[in-house]
Amino acid sequence: MSHSTVPRSRPEAEKTDKTPAASGGTTGSAGRRSSGKLSLRTRFRRDRVLLLMTLPAVALVLLFNYLPILGNVVAFQDYDPYISDNGVVSILNSPWVGLENFQRLFEDSAFWEAVQNTLVLFFLQLVLYFPIPIGLALLINSVVRPRVRAVSQAILYLPHFFSWVLVIAVFQQLFGGAGILSQLLRQNGYDGIDIMTDPETFKFLITAQSVWKDAGWGIIVFLAALASVNPDLYEAAAMDGANRWRRMWHVTLPALRPVIALLLVLRVGDALTVGFEQILLQRDAVGPGASEVLDTFVWWNGVRNQDFGYAAAAGLIKGVISLGLVLVANKVAHLMGEQGVYKK
Amino acid sequence: MSTVTDRPAADKSVRAPSRWAAPPRPSWEEQPSRAGLAGKGIALGFACLAIVFPLWIVLVTSLSSRKTIDEAGGLVMIPKEIDFIAYRELLSGGQVTRAAIISVLITVVGTAFSMTVSVLCAYGLSRSGSLAHRWILMTLLATMFFSAGLIPTYLLVQSLGLTDTYLALILPSAISVFNILVLRGFFMGISQELIDSARIDGAGDFRILWQIVMPLSRAVLAVITLFYAVGYWSAWFNASLYLNDQDMMPLQNVMIQLVQKQEAPVGMGQAIKTGQLSALAVQMAVMVMALLPVAVLSPFVQKHFKKGMLTGAVKG
Repeated sequence: MSHSTVPRSRPEAEKTDKTPAASGGTTGSAGRRSSGKLSLRTRFRRDRVLLLMTLPAVALVLLFNYLPILGNVVAFQDYDPYISDNGVVSILNSPWVGLENFQRLFEDSAFWEAVQNTLVLFFLQLVLYFPIPIGLALLINSVVRPRVRAVSQAILYLPHFFSWVLVIAVFQQLFGGAGILSQLLRQNGYDGIDIMTDPETFKFLITAQSVWKDAGWGIIVFLAALASVNPDLYEAAAMDGANRWRRMWHVTLPALRPVIALLLVLRVGDALTVGFEQILLQRDAVGPGASEVLDTFVWWNGVRNQDFGYAAAAGLIKGVISLGLVLVANKVAHLMGEQGVYKK
Repeated sequence: MSTVTDRPAADKSVRAPSRWAAPPRPSWEEQPSRAGLAGKGIALGFACLAIVFPLWIVLVTSLSSRKTIDEAGGLVMIPKEIDFIAYRELLSGGQVTRAAIISVLITVVGTAFSMTVSVLCAYGLSRSGSLAHRWILMTLLATMFFSAGLIPTYLLVQSLGLTDTYLALILPSAISVFNILVLRGFFMGISQELIDSARIDGAGDFRILWQIVMPLSRAVLAVITLFYAVGYWSAWFNASLYLNDQDMMPLQNVMIQLVQKQEAPVGMGQAIKTGQLSALAVQMAVMVMALLPVAVLSPFVQKHFKKGMLTGAVKG
């Protein structure tokens, strides 16, 4: 039998129920039950082209996402980058030091400062950033003129596609020492101010930059959820005497709830990642005291100071806690009756 | 589609409703109050202005002459003339020209590579019931929950001998699992009957992908191409990490030097010192060069964003 003639799913099963085959997610869907009867060898012959197609992506992922996990062993070493140009050779020849790097970390006040900055930034962004796309989506959704809607969406999406280098350069033109704000202040007889280098307000600046860049893009998910609301619900609510605000409260917001929950879960799972490139670019301007977060701490100690074992230890702590956070956040979402990121 | 329905061909006396005008509301909906409309307008106008105003200043200043910039005391808000001198200087060879060419090449080659790998993988995983596809999918999905960390990745790229090559800017971040899932979700929506009938006609999987699946997925392909291209165009960190030679740096890295560190581009210091050229205009011109391709291309793909973002992204 040639591989191309073995059906991957029974046509009659396909016709009666399209969704299981299309989603491929449910266990024991029609397609898989029928292929379960075939021998492994037949299935391999039939699907070898498909397997071949996934090969480059799988190879890249194994090489660049899975293989480096092993490299975390340098966290338990006094890694010496000067042994060889080849990292593997250096790892094999560097002395093991057990938990010494971790011990040093816990005694390092700079590390705790980075932890603190990371957490403060996370909460600040959660409070100040997270609600904005929801509000913007409700606003855009209430605009009924098609052209106004399309134009404002195009503008709001745009900064998402800018690089962080550009976003920070733009902010510098607004709020830097030579920026437009200082310029206007000086022309009116006041002293200019440089918000870009002020450690006191740095965390708000970071949040403002994130809002400027990505809050507009964030509305897409909410707009899709809003578009899927059955319009009959609004009509029924209106018939029952609900005004505009009551309809938003009782129809629109419940429709957004699953999306909000999902995004919150994702955000919490990613809590320790608070804008690496963005902060790294401004680290020199405001100094590490206000700007150092876990990711930049790893960068500084590893890449700059060549203290790879120490940096990897900090990175490993972050990675393990982040993984735990994703799993816990997802569990909580399930308990709340929401869909979460993945299903078991 | 809208251009056809908007213009009634038979009856010219009926004015077509403008796309700027509000369509009629359903009868049960109350008319919006004046205050409500004004509030909405102000809020939306403010949001859009917060994005457009800074970009406007950057653009206008980049097109201003030295004299206008000096008169304005720095950044220019109201254009007096259009002067391309900063662009002429930047594009007449030298550091920025080279960096721009490098960025374009990396973006083109990288995007082509990423798209090829991603589309192949997405199709390979899109036929339900195929051998091992759940396992492969899980292998890919799991990477969305962990990261090996900066230091191990750095050591790996170094060990592979990719340091100081452009491969270091492409390979480690070549595929996004999220993008593959979006493509896969789209491919799965294509009717199985269509693909089965092509198979009966003797087409192999490569041919089905090329001649049936891809032409039917133009929207999502456009969106994902844009995502990858923007990723390559905007990247600077890997270049700062893996490249040592300043002459190899892409545009974003040169922009860091020019705008953040306020350095003059190599070879242009003289023109700035003698007063022909404003250092500020040069900085702004580099920023415009970095944002222009993105600002021009993304609105064309905009109408597909929602579709592209949501199919597959949720299904998993």
